[in-house]
Amino acid sequence: MTRTARGVTLSIVLVVALVVAVLLSAMVGQLAVTPAEIVGSLLRAAGVPNDWAPGDQIIESTLWVVRFPRIVMGLAVGAALAVAGSVMQAIFGNPLAEPGVVGVSSGAALGAAAAIVFGVTALGSWNIALFAFVGGLLATLLVYFVSRANGRTEVVTLLLTGIAINAFAGAGLAFLLFAGDTASREQITFWQLGSLNGSLWREVGIVAPIMIVGLVVAVLLGRQYDLLALGERNARHLGVNVEALRVGSIVLVALLTGVAVAFCGIIAFVGLVVPHVIRMAIGPSHRPLIIASAVGGGALISFADLIARTVVPGADLPIGMLTSLIGGPFFFYLLFRQRKRSGGWA
Amino acid sequence: MSAPKTSGSPTIVATGVSVVIEARAIVDDVSIEIRGGELLALVGPNGAGKSTLLSILSGDVRPTRGSVTIAGHDIRSLRHLELARLRSVLTQENQVSFPFTVNEVVEMGRSPWAKTAGRDDDAGAIAAAVRATDIGHLGERRYTSLSGGEKARVSLARVLAQSAGTVFLDEPTAALDLRHQEDVMRTARALAAEGRAVVVVVHDLSLAGAYADRVALIADGRLESTGTPLEVLTAERVERVYGLPVEVIVTNTRPVILPVRGAFPA
Repeated sequence: MTRTARGVTLSIVLVVALVVAVLLSAMVGQLAVTPAEIVGSLLRAAGVPNDWAPGDQIIESTLWVVRFPRIVMGLAVGAALAVAGSVMQAIFGNPLAEPGVVGVSSGAALGAAAAIVFGVTALGSWNIALFAFVGGLLATLLVYFVSRANGRTEVVTLLLTGIAINAFAGAGLAFLLFAGDTASREQITFWQLGSLNGSLWREVGIVAPIMIVGLVVAVLLGRQYDLLALGERNARHLGVNVEALRVGSIVLVALLTGVAVAFCGIIAFVGLVVPHVIRMAIGPSHRPLIIASAVGGGALISFADLIARTVVPGADLPIGMLTSLIGGPFFFYLLFRQRKRSGGWA
Repeated sequence: MSAPKTSGSPTIVATGVSVVIEARAIVDDVSIEIRGGELLALVGPNGAGKSTLLSILSGDVRPTRGSVTIAGHDIRSLRHLELARLRSVLTQENQVSFPFTVNEVVEMGRSPWAKTAGRDDDAGAIAAAVRATDIGHLGERRYTSLSGGEKARVSLARVLAQSAGTVFLDEPTAALDLRHQEDVMRTARALAAEGRAVVVVVHDLSLAGAYADRVALIADGRLESTGTPLEVLTAERVERVYGLPVEVIVTNTRPVILPVRGAFPA
C-alpha cells in the first residue's frame, strides 16, 4: 500500500475505533443503556426532540453525570498523552522518549501530590493542574539537559535519567504519603495508579481546552519537527530556530502531561505505544502523526478504561495498571527489534 | 531569487575572524572573500580549523573577533529563515532520527521557501537535485535503510534543493566511491557555473586541485595561502604544512599531489 492509502485506511480504522469505544463506554456498566437511548439523549441535549431519548431520569443522569464526563476525560487525556509523546520523541529524536518512561509523569504527580498535602487552595481546581505542570516542567527540563549532548540524545543517558527522576519522584511521593493525612494518602495512591473514576465536567473543562490548544500548537510545529529529524545543525541550516522550538516544546510537553496527570494520575506508555504504531502505519511525518496520535490515544484510553471498569464486576481497576500491562511488553518488543536490527541501542 | 547570476560579486566576506576556545585560537585572524560563480576549496591538515572556519562562514559559529557578511548583510543580523534562503550547508554528520523516505528528506530542503514565491520552483529544484546526485532510483526507500554513500548523496540532494546562492559542503566526498566523488565535484562545479558561490572542504588535494577555481590552505588556524590550485599546492608548501614529502605532477594545467612513498624507512 502507498502511504496515502495507508493514511486513509488508518483514518477510517481510528475513527471507527473511536466511535465504537465511545458508544460501548456509554452503553456498558452497572446500568445498561441502549445505543438508541444514547443517540436520543445526545440529540435532545442538542435541542432536537426525539422518541429515542430515555424517559428514565436515572439513565439520563447516569449518562450525563457519570459516563459522558468520564468518556470525554478519557479522550482528552489519551490525546494529551499521545501528543506529548510524539512531541517528546520529535525533540529528543528518539522513539523511546515518553512522559511516563523518562519521569515527566512522576514529576507531575509529585507536584500534584505536594499541592494536596500542603493544602494549597489559592486557585481552586487549577491548583493541582498548576503544580502538576510545574513538576512536569522541571522533570522535562532536567531530562532534556542531562541526556542531550552535542545536539544528540544518548539513549542510555535518557533512560538512566528517567530512572533517576522516577526514583526521586517516588521518594517524594513516599514522603508525602507518610506526611499526609488519610484523605491525602488516598488521593496520592490514586495518582500513582491512574484512574478516570469520578471525572467531573468541571475537570474536563480544564483538561480538554489545554489538550486542544496543545494539539493545535503541536500540529503547527509539525513541519519544524520533521526538519529536526535531520539533526539540530541541519534543522538550523534550513531556517528552524532550534532553541525556541525546543523550549516551546518542553513547555508544551509539561503542560499536556501535567494536566493529564493532575486529574487522572500516571497513565504510562500511551505516549510511547500510540505514536509508534502510527509511525509504522503512515510514516514519521509529524503533522499526520500528531493528529492520528491524538485520535489513537483517545481511542486507546477509552478502550482501556472500558476494560478497567468492567473486567472485574463491581470494581474499578486502575487504568494506569492496564496501560503499563500493555506498555511493558511493548517496550520489550521495541528493545528486541532494535537488538535484532542493530545490536541494541548504544 | 533562487540562483543569483551576479557572477564575480562577493557573497561572503569574512574580515579578521578568530575563534578562541580556552585561550587557544582555533581560527586565527582569517580574512577571506568568496565570490559568486567560484568554487573555493578549503584544504589543510586534520585539526587545522577548516570545519570551524566553515561554521563561521555559514553563520553557525559566532567568531570571537571579526565579522562576516553574506550578500551584504551582517550574518548575525539575519533571522534563521532569511539565512536559510541565502546559504545551504552539507554537514559531515547526516543521521535522520525517523524513517523518512528519500523523497521526503529531499523535499525538506525546500522548506525555507514555503509560503514564499520561491515555492513555485519546488518541483524543478527537487528534480534537478535528484538528477545531479543520481538518487532517482532511491525515492521511496527509507533514508535509515540506505548505505553510507547513498545517505551522503541524498543529503547533498537536500542541500542542492535548498537553492541557496552560497553552498557550503563539508567533506562531501568522504563516504563516496571514486565515481561518485567525481560526480559530487562536477555537481559543485555546475553550481558555480550557475553563478553560486561554492565552498568545499576536501582532504584529497588532487580533487581540490582538479575542480577548484581557488584553493585556501589552512594551517594552525591561519590562512596559509590562497590562490589558484597551481599557486597554492606547490610541493614545497604542501610538504611544509602536512609534514610529508610530496610530488606535484601537473596535468591539464591542474596539479596532482602524490606522497613520495618509500621516502621513509619501511
